[in-house]
Amino acid sequence: MDHNNCQHLLGALSDYIDGELGSALCSEIEHHLQDCENCRIVVDSLRKTVYLYKVTAGPPGMPSDVRERLYKRLDLNEFIEKER
Amino acid sequence: MDRDRQATEDFSLKALRAGDRVEFARLVDAYSGVIYRLGMRMLDDPQDAEDVLQETFIKAFRHLGGFDGRSSISTWLYRIATNEALMMIRRRKHPTVSIDEPVETDTPLEEPTQIVDWCCLPETEMMSSEARAYMDKAIEQLPPTLRAVFLLRDIEGLSTEETSQVLDLSEAAVKTRLSRARMRLRELLSGYFGERLADQSLAHKEEA
Repeated sequence: MDHNNCQHLLGALSDYIDGELGSALCSEIEHHLQDCENCRIVVDSLRKTVYLYKVTAGPPGMPSDVRERLYKRLDLNEFIEKER
Repeated sequence: MDRDRQATEDFSLKALRAGDRVEFARLVDAYSGVIYRLGMRMLDDPQDAEDVLQETFIKAFRHLGGFDGRSSISTWLYRIATNEALMMIRRRKHPTVSIDEPVETDTPLEEPTQIVDWCCLPETEMMSSEARAYMDKAIEQLPPTLRAVFLLRDIEGLSTEETSQVLDLSEAAVKTRLSRARMRLRELLSGYFGERLADQSLAHKEEA
């Protein structure tokens, strides 16, 4: 394994999983991944990490008492009931 | 989330600037949920998150007249909220720690030490309440500015450009920080899920 190459490509992996790399660097990484088991694991687990955070993020929202205090603070009391 | 944002981006700036309360209530209704979620993730404290939520909309109401419309209104709200959260961290949690220092974007990226292929773990294991609690703790371990970039990009679904407007950073800096945040989280999660994987194979061996 060409270890220097791993270090050199490390900083590009985040852009790589987003599909935002230029084609030259992208194919360099793909070529490297064919021979480097460690980097393949790093890429897979990086992708999985981002995926897990995305799917467990939960919908936006807040407890109803927090919402009520917000509307009161903003002097919007008459709109409190209009919850979506 | 992206669809939500598009659907709620449709506000009358003219009405908002004129102090129209119905329109302002619509804005609050549309964005208070995401702002609260961001505050909770940034600060991990319901009271602090509520303070950020209230301050964000109080400031928004006060400064709507000066909002130039160059960014979208949601980006502008995220910007106020993120600044509030970062200020709160500076003020309340670590009064002596600079929130800008620990990012160290000039230093080389730390080399991964956790090389475990945990991707084959069952999803039920990866999404257990214990795993989620660990994931939340991992976010807290990020330096605040890395945390902000990660939350805005990967949880709130903002683009690189929008995140750069929220944080006053170049797009290149956003990408670098996102990369660092993700790599650190990967490292932490690999440590955690690697242990789960070891437990699992141990259990299999004992069964056999």
